Order: sequence, then structure tokens, then C-alpha cells
Amino acid sequence: MDLTLYVWRQSGPGAKGRLEEIEARGITADMSFLEMLDVVNEGLIKTGREPIAFDHDCREGICGMCSQVINGVPHGPQEKTTVCQLHMRRFKDGDRIYIEPWRARAFPVIKDLIVDRSALDRIVQAGGYVSVHTGGVPDANAVLVPKADADTAMDAAECIGCGACVAACPNGSAMLFTAAKVAHLAALPQGRAEAARRVCMMTEAMLKEGFGSCSNHYECQAACPKGIKVKFIAKLNREFIKAQFSKKSE
Amino acid sequence: MIKSSVGRKMVMAVTGAGMIFFILVHLLGNLTLYSGPAAINAYAYALHRFGPLIWSFRLVMFCMFMLHLFFGIQLTLENRAARPQSYAVRNERATTFAGKSMVWSGLLIGAFLLFHLLQFTLQVINPGIAAASHPDPIGRPDVFTMVVLSFQRLSYALLYIVSLTALALHLYHSIQSSFQTLGLNGERTFPVVTVTGRVAAIMIFLGYAAFPIVIYMGFLR
Ligand code: HEM
Ligand code: SF4
Ligand code: FES
Repeated sequence: MDLTLYVWRQSGPGAKGRLEEIEARGITADMSFLEMLDVVNEGLIKTGREPIAFDHDCREGICGMCSQVINGVPHGPQEKTTVCQLHMRRFKDGDRIYIEPWRARAFPVIKDLIVDRSALDRIVQAGGYVSVHTGGVPDANAVLVPKADADTAMDAAECIGCGACVAACPNGSAMLFTAAKVAHLAALPQGRAEAARRVCMMTEAMLKEGFGSCSNHYECQAACPKGIKVKFIAKLNREFIKAQFSKKSE
Repeated sequence: MIKSSVGRKMVMAVTGAGMIFFILVHLLGNLTLYSGPAAINAYAYALHRFGPLIWSFRLVMFCMFMLHLFFGIQLTLENRAARPQSYAVRNERATTFAGKSMVWSGLLIGAFLLFHLLQFTLQVINPGIAAASHPDPIGRPDVFTMVVLSFQRLSYALLYIVSLTALALHLYHSIQSSFQTLGLNGERTFPVVTVTGRVAAIMIFLGYAAFPIVIYMGFLR
């Protein structure tokens, strides 16, 4: 099939970008979206043009690198699917496809479709961990975790840190991401010790990195490729209230 | 807590919920209008006999309103700044018009509130029908006549209905939203809270809008 792409082209950080019209010819239905871009890039290189810069790594839906807003939807039209797992059979011959980078103040564009998502790493560094002693590996099941709690933690831990929630949020808020980390660790006995401090530090880091705050639009949940639920945001809010009454929040 | 954007959101939710509570009580009080002049004039007169209590109550309402207004504008500005460049194409799948226009519906409510207080509390908009200076036959401020004569004018009736629409929009998003902000939401209660919040917003609208409509149509005089 032949497609017309409108791709965001930006030569570098802070440079003025624009949407460029690029023809994609001879695309087959079984190509992934990124493979389609690979084919387009080969064509661009052959004709002496600059290939489209885009992020990717695992190409199997687990690393969260492939950050593209396709026709106005982060990760494109297929629910709970990353761009790399999206296939061209979702499109048809003659389609016009708009491809833009994640848009948020906290995610500056590096080039074309590549944005700098390291602000998410700094939110995690602020408290998204459990302090443990180094040394021997602890025995499995030394700390007992009820099955329901383990399931909740695993659901929240599915977050791959892709940032689609930020891209989807009208406020550029990283609340779903932050909430997933907070809820993941708060559900486990190992995480409880630092729970109060964690929620305060991580939400503070979120604000400092220039993310907006949550107005409960729930666009994040609709965009998340891992099906992270906004119930975790309510959980973060509960943890935040608890922390106000805790002496351990500093 | 106030430094945190999460904390400020919670202040918004608590003050918002406080104002919703007031709006419900106010609606119940206003229902005395349907029982005629004697009822609402007696109700208004009784309220004002509380004296200092009324003033402390007004002070609390004023503080809630100002906190809500201040943080509402501040959060909105922060949130806009967090998305400096918009998408050429954006396909929203969850949010609502009500959710996106919170600051505008809020500011409209604020402007209306100012007018409403000037009209029915300070009674300076139409001094000719001010209840304070026009007692009813047994000497109480004639609130009934003031309200009825006001809403017999199309311009006032319409102004109220438009403002109540803004309130309905604000509540359509915010009842549900305040539950989420205060963490009073779980996966199972989520759809219930959303639907109930929206229905409540519409009920509040109908409850209030009935006054100007019923009076303008001449059913209450
Ligand atoms: C000056 C007038 C007002 C302004 C400027 C205003 C503005 C706002 C804004 C911008 C929000 C959303 C905050 C966010 O996006 O994070 C909000 C939320 C809210 N407002 Fe207002 N508002 C006003 C009056 C009112 C009134 C009179 C009520 C109650 C009857 C009310 C109830 C609420 C509630 C319950 C929320 C939800 C809080 C939450 O999301 O957790 N507001 N308001
Ligand atoms: S919550 Fe979902 S959308 Fe947000 S970073 Fe995690 S996986 Fe991506
Ligand atoms: S490239 Fe790893 S998730 Fe898409």
C-alpha cells in the first residue's frame, strides 16, 4: 500500500520544527509501524535526504522507547499496544498518517521524533526504589506477600516508563507514571518503610521537572500501552494524605 | 503540603466539596419559595437572627472561595505551561468538554456569584425591590417579592440559566474528579462515582434553573 506521512522534522533541540509530507510506497500489511519507517528511511537515504530520527530499542513492546503520536494518539490506534507492536494492517492504502513526538515541556525534542525522557528517570531517582542491604540474595518468600497485594504490585509494575501518559495528558502530567511506581512499591511490605517519603519526594520531583498536575481527564489511561489504571492515581493520593500525618515523610 | 501540586489539588477538592455542600443546603432553603411569601420570608428572617454565626459562616465560605479561585488559576497556568506546544492532530479519547473548560466555567461562576450577592444579599442592583427596605405585611424583609419581581424579567432569568449552565459544567467534571483527588475512588466504585456525579450535576442544575423558569412563566407570583 501507499501512504502519505506527515512527520515532525526538527533538526535539533530548540530548533524550529515543522511537519513534512513524505510518501511511503510499497508498504505491506505485515510490516510493523517501525519497519514501515525503516523502509521510508532507506528511500530517504537513497535520494540523499535526511532519514527520520525515531527512538526504538526492543521492538517487542517492553522497553518503552518507541515514542510516537500517530494521528493524535500516543502509540497509535491499537489499544494497549506500543508503536513497535503496531502493524500496518491497521492502516489502508491511501491513508494520511500524522506522526509527532511526545509533546511536553519536560520532554524536550532531541531530533525529529526523539524526545528526552530522562525526567522520568529523575522522578524514579527521587524515591522510586526500596533501600536494601547489599550482600547475599534474600531467601525467596522470606517476606510473605499476600497474593492479592502481589497482584496489585505486579499490575502497577507493568509500567514500562514510555511516557505516553504524559504525551496524552492535556496538562503534560506524569501522574500515571508516578502513581504506578508509588502504588507498586506501596503494595509490598518491602516498600512500606519508605512509602511516606517516597510519595512526597516523587511528586515533588514531578513538579520540579516541569510536568503539570493531574486534573483527572484520564487521557493517560486511554493511551497507556500497558493498561495502567487511574485507580493507582487515587492510590497515590491516599498515600500522599497518609504521608501528611507521618513523621517519616522527610 | 501547599508547595506540592498534589496538595494544592486536594485543597481545591476540599474547598470545592465544601462549596457543593453549601449549594445543596442553599437549594433546599430556596425550595421554601414554592410555599409562598410567608415561608421564604420566615426562613430568611430566621437565618438572619443567627447574627455572628452567619458572619463566621460567610467568612469560611469566602476563604474557601478565595483558596479555590487562587489555586484554580495557578494550577491551570502551571498545567498550560507544561504543554507549551500542542499537537497538529490530537484525538482525545477520555476527557470531556466540561473537564477541559474548568477554569472558564469556574470564572463564570465567580462573576455570577459577585452579581448574585450584589443582587440578593447586598440588594444594590434594584434598590426599588430590595427586601431589606421593603418589608412584608408583618415587617420581615420581603424576599419573596424581590426574587419573583427579578425573575419576571427575561434578562435576569436568562442570566441565571446561563450561569447555572456554567455551574453544571463545572460540577459535571468536578464531583467525580474530587473523589479521585481525595483518593476516595477504586476500580469498582469508579464508574458509579462518575455517573452519579454527572447525574447530580444535572439535578442541581434542574433544581436551581426551575426557579427562574417557573417564575418567568408566571407559575409563581
Ligand atoms: C471563582 C470561581 C471558580 C474557579 C476559577 C474555579 C476553578 C476550578 C478549576 C480550574 C478546577 C480544576 C483544577 C484542576 O484542573 O486541577 C476546579 C475544580 C473544582 N471546582 Fe472549581 N472553580 C470555581 C468555583 C467553584 C465552585 C463555586 C464550586 C462548587 C460549587 C467548585 C467546585 C469544584 C470542585 C468540586 C472541583 C474539583 C476538584 C478536583 O478536581 O479534585 N468550583 N475549579
Ligand atoms: S503508565 Fe503507561 S503510558 Fe505511562 S509511562 Fe507507564 S506504561 Fe507508559
Ligand atoms: S521499541 Fe521497545 S517498546 Fe517499542
